Amino acid sequence: MVTRAPVETRPTTLGFSLNSFFRWLGGLNPIVQIPIIVVVFGAVVGLILLLIEYAPRPGRGYFWLRLAACFLLPVLAFMLLRPYQNAVIYVLGIAVILGAVLFWADYRSRQGAGYLFQLILFAAPATILLLVGLIYPAISTLVQSFFDKTGDNFVGLDNYIWTFTNPEGFWSVINTLIWVLLAPTFATAIGLAYAVFIDRAKGERVLKILIFMPFAISFVGAGIIWKFIYDFRQGDQIGLLNGIVTAFGGQPVTWLAAQPLVNTLLLVVVFIWSQTGLAMVILSAAIKAVPPEQMEAAELDGANAWERFRNVTVPGIRSSLIVVVTTIAIGALKIYDIVAVMTGGRNDTTVLAFEMVNQQQRFQSYGHSAALAVVLFIFVLPLIIFNVRQIRKQREIR
Amino acid sequence: MGMSQRRRLLAPVGLLAVGALALAGCAEGDSSGSGDGGTEGATVRISGGITGTEADALNQSFEQFTKDTGIKVEYTGDKGFEGNIVTKVTGGDAPDIAIVPQPGLLKTLVDTGEVQKASDAVSSNVDEYWGEDWKSYGTFDDTFYAAPMLANLKGYVWYSPAKFKEWGVEIPKTYDELLTLTQTIRDKTGAAPWCAGFASEAASGWPGTDWIEDLVLRQSGPDVYDQWVAGDVKFTDQPIKEAFDAVGEILLNPDYVNAGFGDVRSINSVAFADVAAKVADGTCPMTHQASFLSANFLTVKNAAGQTPTVAPDGDVYAFILPRVSEGELSVEGGGEFVAAFSDDEAVQKVVEYMSTPEFADARVKLGGVISANKGADPSLASSEFLTEAMKVLQDPNTTLRFDASDLMPATVGSGSFWKGMVSWIDGKPTDEVLSDIQAGYNN
Repeated sequence: MVTRAPVETRPTTLGFSLNSFFRWLGGLNPIVQIPIIVVVFGAVVGLILLLIEYAPRPGRGYFWLRLAACFLLPVLAFMLLRPYQNAVIYVLGIAVILGAVLFWADYRSRQGAGYLFQLILFAAPATILLLVGLIYPAISTLVQSFFDKTGDNFVGLDNYIWTFTNPEGFWSVINTLIWVLLAPTFATAIGLAYAVFIDRAKGERVLKILIFMPFAISFVGAGIIWKFIYDFRQGDQIGLLNGIVTAFGGQPVTWLAAQPLVNTLLLVVVFIWSQTGLAMVILSAAIKAVPPEQMEAAELDGANAWERFRNVTVPGIRSSLIVVVTTIAIGALKIYDIVAVMTGGRNDTTVLAFEMVNQQQRFQSYGHSAALAVVLFIFVLPLIIFNVRQIRKQREIR
Repeated sequence: MGMSQRRRLLAPVGLLAVGALALAGCAEGDSSGSGDGGTEGATVRISGGITGTEADALNQSFEQFTKDTGIKVEYTGDKGFEGNIVTKVTGGDAPDIAIVPQPGLLKTLVDTGEVQKASDAVSSNVDEYWGEDWKSYGTFDDTFYAAPMLANLKGYVWYSPAKFKEWGVEIPKTYDELLTLTQTIRDKTGAAPWCAGFASEAASGWPGTDWIEDLVLRQSGPDVYDQWVAGDVKFTDQPIKEAFDAVGEILLNPDYVNAGFGDVRSINSVAFADVAAKVADGTCPMTHQASFLSANFLTVKNAAGQTPTVAPDGDVYAFILPRVSEGELSVEGGGEFVAAFSDDEAVQKVVEYMSTPEFADARVKLGGVISANKGADPSLASSEFLTEAMKVLQDPNTTLRFDASDLMPATVGSGSFWKGMVSWIDGKPTDEVLSDIQAGYNN
C-alpha cells in the first residue's frame, strides 16, 4: 500500500524509541552491551509474566487493569517502534493478540460487564489500528490512484490508462498474470508428483530434504544463485546454461535479456524452484493422511495406480491442494525480490509489485504507484474470496 | 509458580525499573545537541550513497573538525540511498544531513519542504569557491539550498601509454582523429580497440548516458546541452540523434568493441567497473569512463601481475575525450550536494565546514576523490591523474556542464534514458530508442 505522511506534521514520539535505544547501545563497549541486553530481555519477559499473572484473575479492579493494558501497550509499542517503516503492522499484531488474550482472560473470570460490552472494549484498540493501518491506507491509495503523480490534481482514470498502455505498466500486468498462472501450476504439479513418487520410498527423508532446501533460501539468495546459472558472457563461461549451450557448439545466449517472455519464464523457473519444496512437504503430509483402507479397497476393486491416484489420493488431499495452490499464487502475485535482483525490471520483465515500488521510490510517481497497487489488489481479491469460501465450506461439512 | 507473593510482584517491577533506566540513557532526538547548551558533544548524523572505503574516508575527514569544535559527525552509507531517502524524509525520519548525488533527487527532496535553506556562510563560500553554475544546481525557485561537496570529471578515455608508444600512436585532438586512431589500433592488433560495460544493477545503462552527454556537449555545444537538459531540445531532435550516431560508430561496431569481453551485446552484461581490469592488463586498449575509475585500478593487476601504475608513462592513464571541432574545452562533471534537514546550530556548523576548502583538502588528501572547490589544493590529490583532473575542474576557462541525466526528471534521467541505452546496445534501431526515451517525459 502506498502511504504518505502529511508533510507538515511529524509523527508523535515518546522521547525515545527502539531506534534511539539501539543507537545508544551501539555506541557502548561490547562488554557493557551484553548485560544491558540481558536486563532488557528480562524486563520484557517480566512484563509479559506480569500480564500472565494478572490477566486471569477475577475482580473489577483487574478488569480495568486489563482494559488499560489493552489500550496502553499498543500505544507504547507504537511509540517505541515509531521510526520503523512497518511499525503499524507490528503494533496491529501486538494489539490484536493482546486484545484477544486479555478478552479471553476477562471472559474466563466471568465477573466483568456483559459479553458484548467486553468484546467491544477489548477489540477497540485493534479495530482502531486496523482502520488507521489498513483500511485508511487502502482507501487513500484508491483515492490517490485518481490523482496525478504529485497527488494534487484529479486526473480521473489517467493512471489506469497509463497502467494498461505504457510499456512498463502493460508488461507489469501481463507478466504478473503469467507468474500467477504458471508458478502455482508447475510448483504444485511437480511437488505433487514428487510427493507421490517418493511416498514410502527408501530414504524418503533425504529425498524430501533435497527438494525442500531451496524453500529455505530467500528469494534474493535464489535470485543471485540463478543469476550465475543464466550468466552470459563470451569466452569463458561461468553460466551453467550457456556452458551447456556452448559445449554443444552453440552461441551463448543473453538469457535475461531474451525477449519476448523467455526472460520472464526463466524468472518464474527460479520461483518454482524455491516453492516446489513447500508444495511437496504439505502434499506429502496430506497423502500420508489418506486412509490406507480406501487405497486397499480401490486396489481390490482392480484400480490401477493411475486410477487410484486420480480417484482416491487427489480427492483425499483436495483441501491441501487448494491451500498450496492459493498460497503459491498469492506469493507469485506479490513477487518483488527475484525481479529486483535478477533483471531490475529491464527487458520487459517487470511485475506489478516491482513496478509499484519502482514508480514510487525512483520516480516519485505516487499516482502510478497507487494505480498499480489497486490493480494488484483486484488480482489478489478473487483468490482471497475463493480461499474464504473454501474454509467456510469445510466448516459446513464438519 | 513457587515464588512468594511479594517476590512475584517485586521481580517484574524491578526488571521494569532497570529497563527504564537503560532506556533513559537513549532519549530520542538528543543526537543533534541542544541549542542553548552549545554544540560541544553534539552528534550530527549524515546519510548518503557512498559506501565502503570511501565512506570510511569521509568519516575520517571530519577528525580535525571534531577536535576543533567538539561536534561528532557520523556518516552512514546506504547502498539504496536514492530509493530510500525520499520515503524517509516524507515519513519524518530524515537524517540531519544528506549527501545527494543528483540535482534531480535534490529537487524532489526540496519539494518535500524539509530541506533547510543554506545559511549565508554556506552561500558565500559557494560564491567564492565554486562559481555560478555549481550554485545553480543547488538552487530551486531562486532559493539556494545545497552546496556541492566533491566532484568527478567525466568523459575520460583510459588507455595504456606503453601500448600507445608501441603502436606509435598519439593522443587524438579531435573526435575524427580518435576514430582514425581506433582503426589504426584495430589494423595493428586485429582485436577490438574499445571496451565498455553498462551493467550496474538497477542503474544499468548509465555509463552509456555519459557517452551521449559528452558527444552532445562536444558536437552541439553547451547551449544545446542546456536546452536538452531543460527539455526544450527533444531526444528525437537532430543534435541528440547525431550524438547517438557518433557514439554508435564505436559502440555499435563489432570490429571496435568489446575488447576482452565479446561482441557488441556483451557491453550490457559487463559490470561498469570490470573494464578497469582489462585496461590494466592490456587486453583493452581504450575505455571511456569518469575520473573515479582511477579508484578501480588500485584493486586490479597489470599484465605482470602487479598493481598498475596510473601515470602518463605508466600502465594506464587517461585523456579527455577530444572535442569534435576546434574551440574551448567543454567537459562534463558530476558531484554530490549537501542538504541539511535541521537548522540546529551543530548541523549548520557541519554544513558550513563541508563547504570550505579545509574540508575539501581534508577529504582529497585521504585519496581517491577530487573536489571542484577552487580553494582546495590540487597537489593534495592522491595521484598525478587526480591532480590534473582537479586542475581542469578548478580552471575558470573550462566550460563545465553537470551530468545531463542527473539533471533531467528521474523518469527520464534514471528511467527511460538508462533503459534506452541498454536496448540500443541490444540492437534496437536508434530512432525507436530515441522516441522511447522521449516518452519517459510522459511517464
